Amino acid sequence: MMARRFQSRAWYRFSAEPMAVLGLVLLAAITLAAILAPFVTPFPEHASSFVDFRNMSQPPSASHWFGTDLVGRDVLTRVVYGYRISLTVGIVVLGLAVPLGVTLGMIAGYAGGRLGAVIMRITDVFLAIPALVLAMAVLGVLDRTLINGLIALAVLWWPWYTRMVYNQTRAIRNEGYVVAAQVVGASHSWVLFGEILPNLVPSILTKFTLDLGFVILVASALSFLGLGVEPPTPDLGSMVAEGAGYLPDMWWMPVFPGLAILLVVLAFNLVGDGLRSMFGDGM
Amino acid sequence: MVLFGVSILIFGIARLIPGDPARIALGPMASNEQVEAMRDRLLLNEPITVQYLNFIKNLVQGDLGTSLYTRRPVTEDILSTLPATFELVLAAALIMTVVGVPLGILAARYRHSGLDIAANLLALLGVVTPSFVWGIFLMLLFAFHLDILPIAGRLSRDAVLPPQITGLLLVDSALAGMWATFWDALRHITLPATALAMGGLGTAARLTRANMSEVYGRQYIQLARAFGYTEREIAYRYALRPAMVPTLTILGLDFAIMLGNAFLVEKVFAWPGMARYGVEVIIRKDLNGIVGTILVISAFFLIINMIIDIIVAYMNPRILYQNQ
Repeated sequence: MMARRFQSRAWYRFSAEPMAVLGLVLLAAITLAAILAPFVTPFPEHASSFVDFRNMSQPPSASHWFGTDLVGRDVLTRVVYGYRISLTVGIVVLGLAVPLGVTLGMIAGYAGGRLGAVIMRITDVFLAIPALVLAMAVLGVLDRTLINGLIALAVLWWPWYTRMVYNQTRAIRNEGYVVAAQVVGASHSWVLFGEILPNLVPSILTKFTLDLGFVILVASALSFLGLGVEPPTPDLGSMVAEGAGYLPDMWWMPVFPGLAILLVVLAFNLVGDGLRSMFGDGM
Repeated sequence: MVLFGVSILIFGIARLIPGDPARIALGPMASNEQVEAMRDRLLLNEPITVQYLNFIKNLVQGDLGTSLYTRRPVTEDILSTLPATFELVLAAALIMTVVGVPLGILAARYRHSGLDIAANLLALLGVVTPSFVWGIFLMLLFAFHLDILPIAGRLSRDAVLPPQITGLLLVDSALAGMWATFWDALRHITLPATALAMGGLGTAARLTRANMSEVYGRQYIQLARAFGYTEREIAYRYALRPAMVPTLTILGLDFAIMLGNAFLVEKVFAWPGMARYGVEVIIRKDLNGIVGTILVISAFFLIINMIIDIIVAYMNPRILYQNQ
């Protein structure tokens, strides 16, 4: 009963922000289109290697809304399939980075002392290298496959969570309920995951949502530089890079994938901002 | 201290390279004896600690080793491309500050006006749009459609090169009094620098606005108002300075982001900076090149942050006393 009342109040606060609702609608549309890509795209067979030289480099038209690329593939189809990759990348990268970052941050903040200092110094080192450059370095070492790209992004993402969680854990470490749990003999892991973690959920969830967009943005930047997934996989960043060489005549080739990146990052951003105001600004 | 950690991290990453660096350098045609000799020369047969100490020793002497890709010293390679990147990032930082901060001040003075909303929108769009997409949009609009700015490169083909003093074309040509070259360089840098600045510009405005609004709520501003100072005087003499402190700190972070994004913008506009070299060494798994590039960028970033810390301490002297 209480839970339901809280839920409806939270939804009320979220839906009071028109931009957040817009973001949610946008996000739902993108996700659905990506999942149902084989059914909603006009030319699903264009998603990988496909050649149709009679239709190459066509400007946007009724049959090809976003035009076609150099070998006659439908750009709209490839953009929707590109979303599949982008969303997968976002979820997998944060699925690796967030648990690691959060756990380390909680341990550092809760244990403090020498262990905490060591963890935080290592975090500082990772934060001292510009993120994109760090990912490039990791990719430089490993072979350029999708899996390694995901690892590279996860390597650069965990420290942000460690720092955020560290600060928050320190702030609540001496709260009454934490001390009470310790006094009645709760184990460290119970205190961390049972008492402290639930209090961090709102801020982690907000950052997670915002970051899904930013991971997609950075991943597209890497593939724009030619360090992402290999062709013919449809990837938004490499589509922009490929099309950029044919400006201005074939403007639709880079512009629509570019707008597609913008749109998905925007959607996650609006939803993230909505969550932030839903949970209250006190974070 | 952090730089020390960074050096270990980078060295560690470089050593994780699968395969034998000597074999990669010599190619598959080399005999095993040649590879073995190369391993000796690169100290690859020594323990990892010796390798690391040697790496640091060379680093202190400014020697980053020889690039296996260009077969020239990495230091030389980087020095020949660094000024172009540096000039681009500086120009972008300048645009971001000179446009973003006043925009934030005005937005704070005229809250909920059209300008305020526009600044908010710009901040949102700036954050969610990759800088290479900005680059393509700006290029399509200003270089192709309106045809008022050059498409790519750092100078026109027929431009006269100024004598090399700082390596920054704008500074060098101005020092030499070559105004035609200066104008040409300025026209070339406008689009890439703007594309690079767009990400942080709106954020800078939004931050300045938020901090200014916070300062506006303080009592000494009310006092100044009661004494009859004009809104203009209050904004620039009393509210701006405290409001700038948190803004500056964030600008330092934006600088780091711009260093990375410079790679993207350089690719769009064929800017002859570190990007091409950086990507090329990564694709070719050129160990020394990768290590050098990342080390230079990280050092650059740390120095910028130190400068920001000093400026912040100057603007807010309390920080200095707190630490004593």
